Order: sequence, then structure tokens, then C-alpha cells
Amino acid sequence: MIHHYDVIVVGGGHAGCEAAAASARAGAETALITLKFDGIGQMSCNPAIGGLGKGHLVREIDAMDGVMGQVADMAGIQFRMLNRRKGPAVQGPRAQMDRALYRQAMQNTISQAANLATLEGEVVDINYANGKLEGIILADGTVLTAKAVVLTTGTFLRGIIRLGQKATPAGRVGDPSAVRLAERLDDLGFPLGRLKTGTPPRLDSRTINWEILEEQPGDDIPEMFSFLSSKPHARQISCAITYTNARTHDIIRRDLDKSAIYGGYFESTGPRYCPSIEDKVVRFAERESHQIFLEPEGLTTDLVYPNGISTSLPEETQEEFVKSIRGLEQARITQFGYAIEYDYVDPKSLRYTLETRNLENLFLAGQINGTTGYEEAAGQGLVAGLNAAGKALGKENVQFLRSESYIGVMIDDLITRGVTEPYRMFTSRAEFRLSLRADNADQRLTPKGIELGVVSAERKERFGEKLQVLEHYRDVLAKKSLSPSEAMDHGIVISKDGIRRTGLDLLTYPEVNLSRLAEFWPELKEIDQQTTILLENDSVYSRYLERQNQEAKSLTEDERCRIPDEIDYMSMKGLSGELRSKLNTIRPETLGQAGRIEGMTPSALAYILSTVNRKTSYSQAGQ
Amino acid sequence: MIFSGLSKETIFAPATAKGKSAVAIIRISGAKTTPVLINLIGSVPQERVLSLRRLNRPQTGEFLDQAMVVFFPNGQSYTGEEAAELHIHGGRATLNAVVNCLLEEGLRMAEPGEFTLRALQNGKMDLAQVEGLGDLIEAETEAQRKQAHLAHDGIVSKASSGWKKDLTYCLALLETEIEFSEEDLPPNVKKQARNVILHLQETLQKEVGGVDMAERLREGFEVAIIGQPNSGKSTLLNYLAGRDAAITSNFAGTTRDVLEVYMDLEGLPVCFLDTAGIRDSSDPVEKIGIERTKTRARDADMRIFLLEEDRQTFPEIEYREGDLELQAKADLIKEIQSRGISGLTGQGVDLMLQDISRVLENRIAKVGVATNARHRQAINQSLEHLAKAYSELGRENCRDEIVAEDLRQAIRALETITGTIDIEQVLGEIFANFCIGK
Repeated sequence: MIHHYDVIVVGGGHAGCEAAAASARAGAETALITLKFDGIGQMSCNPAIGGLGKGHLVREIDAMDGVMGQVADMAGIQFRMLNRRKGPAVQGPRAQMDRALYRQAMQNTISQAANLATLEGEVVDINYANGKLEGIILADGTVLTAKAVVLTTGTFLRGIIRLGQKATPAGRVGDPSAVRLAERLDDLGFPLGRLKTGTPPRLDSRTINWEILEEQPGDDIPEMFSFLSSKPHARQISCAITYTNARTHDIIRRDLDKSAIYGGYFESTGPRYCPSIEDKVVRFAERESHQIFLEPEGLTTDLVYPNGISTSLPEETQEEFVKSIRGLEQARITQFGYAIEYDYVDPKSLRYTLETRNLENLFLAGQINGTTGYEEAAGQGLVAGLNAAGKALGKENVQFLRSESYIGVMIDDLITRGVTEPYRMFTSRAEFRLSLRADNADQRLTPKGIELGVVSAERKERFGEKLQVLEHYRDVLAKKSLSPSEAMDHGIVISKDGIRRTGLDLLTYPEVNLSRLAEFWPELKEIDQQTTILLENDSVYSRYLERQNQEAKSLTEDERCRIPDEIDYMSMKGLSGELRSKLNTIRPETLGQAGRIEGMTPSALAYILSTVNRKTSYSQAGQ
Repeated sequence: MIFSGLSKETIFAPATAKGKSAVAIIRISGAKTTPVLINLIGSVPQERVLSLRRLNRPQTGEFLDQAMVVFFPNGQSYTGEEAAELHIHGGRATLNAVVNCLLEEGLRMAEPGEFTLRALQNGKMDLAQVEGLGDLIEAETEAQRKQAHLAHDGIVSKASSGWKKDLTYCLALLETEIEFSEEDLPPNVKKQARNVILHLQETLQKEVGGVDMAERLREGFEVAIIGQPNSGKSTLLNYLAGRDAAITSNFAGTTRDVLEVYMDLEGLPVCFLDTAGIRDSSDPVEKIGIERTKTRARDADMRIFLLEEDRQTFPEIEYREGDLELQAKADLIKEIQSRGISGLTGQGVDLMLQDISRVLENRIAKVGVATNARHRQAINQSLEHLAKAYSELGRENCRDEIVAEDLRQAIRALETITGTIDIEQVLGEIFANFCIGK
């Protein structure tokens, strides 16, 4: 039997759900194909969403009316704003999740979405002709045709789980890996690489001595992910903190040669920011202890995720070292930690829409592109879903710029630089960090979402209202002003240069906030909490924002200059061999992207631009 | 990092080859052209007409040069932007003065190829011009290779890689505090960052001072021979040149201009200046010569004072450290008190040359690796941001992300010398130094 869809999304993880939902919102008839419906929204690693950079991504996804933020708000059991004591640009919302609630909420969202069908099945092959993808084939022989396909297979491509000296092919514990699909991608000439990552053993909550451990509660006023949420839905709980000790380290050192990672069984690269406990003990031998967060996996489960002891040591060693840790003396392991190795596709072979250059209409999103993390996966899902729908419906591409979003930073990093370890978002990757705050994600992206028609009426209305209030008070503050001596009368010291400072100017002084200004401008007292925060956050970096805005403008111009696909770098004799081959691999799509390639010079850019201009004028002449 | 060549700052660069020439042309392009012209010459001259103007340094009002200035309005220049050309007198001193003045005005030295890039971006080049670009880049690379080879045999890259390491490490310290505040971090990370910045500030400060010396190394040191009229300056110069470079006679005041003799002194390019004898004169021509002497002597890298017994000082030309004082016409004196020299017999000349090269060698040893005005600009900008970062770090409620932003700007400023510092390198530094990760 043959079914037809506009867009097919393969995989029901975080990338797949976001891609399917985005494609459906954009108006494409979309099918989500997953091995088991019940696996949709599964959190395979730690039970938490958000964090620094990652929380920013979730806010941005939400600003485009994506699903992750609202689902996480439904399932959150401990909300914390990280870096609350630092500036607003580097604060990131994070929350512990109840795994079951998260799955449930995600499955509800997916089932209720308009234009979106869900099918159970294993994709074993893809149909294509003349460099264009035409559909997919399921294991039971079903053929599905589509105008665009988004592949989000996570770690399932030739996944191998390693535990001690044992190796089992699997996508994650309990799920088979996808070998045939990997072979097909191989045949199609996709550049594949291999990565690894690890996970800690899971513990039985009832066997942990919580009484003696340091408690880590959530924030008093929980900060939600979604701009539409106001408070958590689930009961809130605390986590606990414990530490490894010298004895733990001795046990680990003694059995190092039995570890899958240290026993020489891996050729792939693991993430530096998520080292196994073996790694920590070896590389930081002088440290006597390492911190472990004990994170409950939910309200109705006894599973606990000990964040900080990911390992691939054999079962016996895991038992022994866990019991050496304070509070875990009696702890029972319910599932052992393991390392997983899997194929990824070199993201340098992708366009900024996440469409592959090898095969038209095929989009890749999530861990398959060499990233790690739910939020990174979801962000790519959003980009791939919107663009797959755009392709299917004949609309324009959707590009996210580095200057406008973390999503843009991530996509550009991936396609311009590729990965050497699983790619994770950090705020330091964003050169426009001071402008790209979690609190202003909606101001940055919701207008784009509205323009694309992918934002619900409710969000559009609420955003409009919020913006109106904000603009009103910005205006009020811009119109009020003090001379230096008037400011002095109110106890605010500014240099006596005779220049009047507006309310907005005054806010940029570290010791001035809105309540301080309200002391002598009483009408400011009526500003609500949310608007107050936004106004104050904008003012913190005003000195730097002007420069960033300028740079952003010039970046936007360079991103507008498109480089055609057919440009032949190898014949450009003036360029160095190294640069030629880099350009040939990355095949930048815009002059801006070309400028970010390592080793690029203005003259080389001029040369590329000249070739582009020549092509354009020849083709114009021919028309 | 975003490629700085793409941003639309106003840029400038000498368009003529460096070295001695009658006229040097400086090209300016970008939106700041008009305000800079107003600051430098008081007004914007008529469009596309060469106009004679006095160039003054806006900050001090100091007269720099008499120049021909031409202004191109937006859309009618080589780059397609508002642009101007300053045709000034050739020669190092004038060119450097104008270059420094433009830097003070906030303009940036263009990177190689940047004018062309802008011309292309603004659609100002035709196809024929564009065809030649490939060759241009090849030629440029060859020139750069030669230049790099000549300069310091890689000292630049070696030293700047040290700064690069410091900057990367320092930013890594800050980013660790930002990205991994949840982790078990050692205390004093910020104190460490402050120390690194302090150290870097000192190093860079020294570099800025060394730039002048480096330029001398590239373009030649000047050694002025100074003495009373008829004290044997020209004779000495002729001896050094091995030919009659300066006309010598026994009549005082023969040398009315500054004459130059170039020598390779143990690998150092040295230019000896023969100057008019210093004395009171009523001859207007000679007066001019004497004025020039004073200026050149003051500007020279070293002075050799030829002393005669009864007249020991030159009140108008200051003796500076490293200058030599020698007994003139040593061949005529029977009992020499101090060291003597004679251009006639060559007595003491070898010793003098040894002394000169020793003094200059010592100075070169102090030369940093930054070798031109572009480097100096980059370092100065970087220092500005480092100072901001340092002071923010000292604040009670230090905002880490602001320190990091200034460090990033400091890095960006230095990238023309150090090459890019990539966020991957910063992250690498974090993971190498701190046990991060849950």
C-alpha cells in the first residue's frame, strides 16, 4: 500500500517531535514514524531539561510555538534558574523532569496536533531517484511517499552499547539499532563519523540514605520555560548532593583496564564536558572527590539518576564503587551505566535548512548530526521541520542567524565547522551573548514565527500585549530625564557634564533600578514585575548592545549575499590549496558563512565574491 | 568569531609603496571619511578635484604636512563608499605622523584586499578587473611570505602565540565561572584571571613601545654626526662612504644640507647623517641648514658628537643615552684625553662603528614583536578592553559576562596579529584545567 504525505519525520525523540510539530504547524500534512508510540518523548539520558545555553534554546523553540517548553513545564518537578546571581544574559532556566509525565505530555501534544499522523514501524530504506528523495520503506513493506523527509535517528545508526568488555548492538538500552539505514546512508556517500557518549547507573530511591545528604531544593519562585506558562503543574521536590571519595577512586583505578572506555575498545570521541567517572579520576588525579547530583526521575518512580558518575566499568565494579559513596552505602543499582557508540553524519554536508546536499528533500536533525542533548536536538528539529514543510509547500527557506538566536549559532557552527565531539550548546559559543537572552527569546523570534504563520493565535495575542506594555514604558522612561544636579538631589551620582540623562540612561547605572526611579517618578510604581525585569535587563548591557547591533547588521548583510551551489572552488587558482579544499567541503551558502571559515582573508573573500558576481552577471546576460 | 573584514568600519591604508618617494598617497574609505576630513583639513574639498590643504593633527592642532586632498562622494569612488585620498610628502616621518593621526581619529588600517572586497560588495568592479583577482592574491601571498621571512623569522608568531595563550586561558577562566557555576570549581578563579590580565597588560604595553624600534630595523637607523663647523664631520662621512659624498673644505659652513650615507653595519641598516655645523650664522641659507640639522639630529636614533677641546657642549641638541662623544680631528692632537676619531686617517673609526652597532643591537633586543602601525593599533585597542575587563573584575559585584565580553573584544583586536582565537580553543582550555561535567 502506498500512502502520501507532504513531510515524513522518522523518529519520535526530541528532534523528531519538534520537527513533526513544526512541519504540521507550517501547514504540511505530516507523518511521524516511530518504532513504538509509547517511546515518543522518551528521555534516554538525564531527567532534566534546560541549563545554560540549553535553557536559551528551549525558550527560543517556545518563542516559535514549539512543543518542548510547554511539555517541560507540564512535567517539571524542580525548577531552578542557573546563574541567578549573575547577569541576565547568562542565566538559564533548568528543571528536573518526571520522565513519565514528560512522555505523557509529549504524546498528548503529538496526538492532538492538527495535520499530524503518527505511525508505528521501522524504516529500513529510502526511495530516491535522480538525486531526489521520494519516500521511505518500512520493515513490513509499506511504502510511504513524501515531498520531504526528516531523519532523526539519534544514536540508533549502528549503535553499540559497551559495558565492561561486553558489546551489544542497540540504539539505547532495550531498543535495536538501525543498521540497514546506516548502510544506505553509506551507499549514498554521506560522510559518516563515529561518536560515543555514556550514562550512569540508575539507583533505587528506597535504598538511598537521603537523611544524611545535603538537600538541593528548587527556586522559591519557579521560572517556567514557556512564555505561556505561569506555574508548575506537578508537585515540586528536591534533589540531593553527595561526593565520591578516595576509596571510590581507588576502586575505579584498580579496575580501569576493565572499563570499555579505558580498555581500548573505543576508537570514537567522547564529549569533554561530560566525562565518565573513569576520565575524571584519571585526568584529575589530584582531586579527592567529585560532586554527584542525585536526581529523582519522577514522582511515581523509585528511579534516581546519579548525575556525575557516567561509566562503562563492568557491573561488579559499578556495584562496588557506588556503595563506597556517602548515602549510597546500601544503594541498589536498577540499571547499570554504559557507554554507547554510534554513527553520525558530518553536518558540514548540510545546508542551513538542515537539508542534505547529497540528496535533495532529505533533512537530518538531532544526534545524527553529531550533537548531544535534548534541547540541541529539539532546536534542530524545529529548523528541519519548518524547512521540510517549506520545501514541500513551495515556500521560502527559513534561516536562523547567529545574531538572532542560539538556534542560529548552533546551525551555523554545525554546518560551517562540523564536530569533533558531540556538540553541546554553551553560552560562550554565541558572540552576541549579551543580546541573546533567555528572557527576550520571544522578542527575538516570535515576530518571525508570526510572519511564518506557525504561531498560535493565543501566543500572538499575548506577545502583542506584552510588547505593547513594554514599548509604552520604554517610551515613558525615554521622555523623563534628570540633569546631573537633579540626579544628585535624588542621591544618584553622575558626572557633572551638564547632559540630561533619560530614565533609560539612568537605568544603565549599576546602582539604579526601577524602584529607585519610582521614588521620584511615582507613576513607574505601576509597572508589573515582568516588564520591570525586561526593562532592567535591557539596560544592563546597553553600552555593549550598540556595538553588537552594528555587528549584527553587518552580519545580516553578508548573510544576504548568497553563493550559488555550482561554484567550483577547486578551479580557483588564486586560493591556497587548504582554503580551496575547506571551501569545497563546507560549501558555504552565504558570504557571511564563507567569512567564518578558518583561514579566510578579505582578498580570498573578494575573489569568491567576484566569481559569484561573474556567474550572476553571465546568467543575467543570458536571460 | 565574525570576520572583522566584513564589518563596515572606515578603513585607510597607504596606497603607495613604503620607502622613499616624493609623494605618498593614503586612501580612506567609509562613512567616517567626511568627519575625518573636517577634523584634519577643516572642510570637505570640492568633489573629485585635487585641492591643496594644510593637514593638522586634530588633537593638538600641530601642523603635519601640506597635502593634496581629493574627496569622492558615496557611490563615486573605487570602493563605492564615501572615500578620500591624501597625497602627502613621501618619507617615513610624515607618513607615520599622518597614519597615527588617522588611527587617533578611530579609523582602522585596512587588511590586505579589503578595499577590493568593498568595491566588489558595492558592485564597483567590472568583469575585466575581477579576472585579475586570482593573480593578485597569489602575488599578495608571495609578498607576505617574503615579508614574514624577512621580518623576524617567526618571532612575531612565537610571541603572539604567547599572548594568544594568555588571552585564551583568561577567557577560559571567566567562561568556566559562567558556564559551570554549578560545578565544584576551585576558589580564586577570578583572582587568577586578574593576574593573567595584569601580566598581559605589561607585556603589551612594552610591545607598543617597541613598535618604533621595529620600524627602524625595517627601514634603517639614523645616526647623526654633530659638531661645530669645520670639526671634520664631512671628512668622517666621506671616510665611511669611501667616496666623496659630502663636499669637504676647510671653510666653516660648507655643508648646508643634510647628507646621508647608508651602511650595512653588521647586518643593521644604518644611515649616517652629515649635518651642517652648528654655529650662529647670519647667512639665511646656512640658517636653514642649521635648523634642519637640529631637527634631524633630535629625531635621529643616535648622535655622534665630535668635540673640540675648547667647545664641549651643544646646548640645543640634547645628549641622550647611547650617544657617543668623540674627540674630533684626533690626528691633529698629540695627547688625546678621551677617545678620538679622525676621518682623515681613519683613527678610531672601527671602534666607533663597534660602539654604534653595540648600542643599536641593545635597542633591538628590546624590540617587541609588533612591527608596524597596524600592530600598534591592534595592541592599543586590545589594551583598552583589557583595562575595562580588569576594572570590572575588581568590582564588588563583578559581572562575569561583561568581563568576558571585554576580553573577547581584546582578543578580536589582537586577531590581526595572533590569528583567530576560537571558542573551541577556549572550551579546550576549560576542559583541560577544570574537572567539568556531571
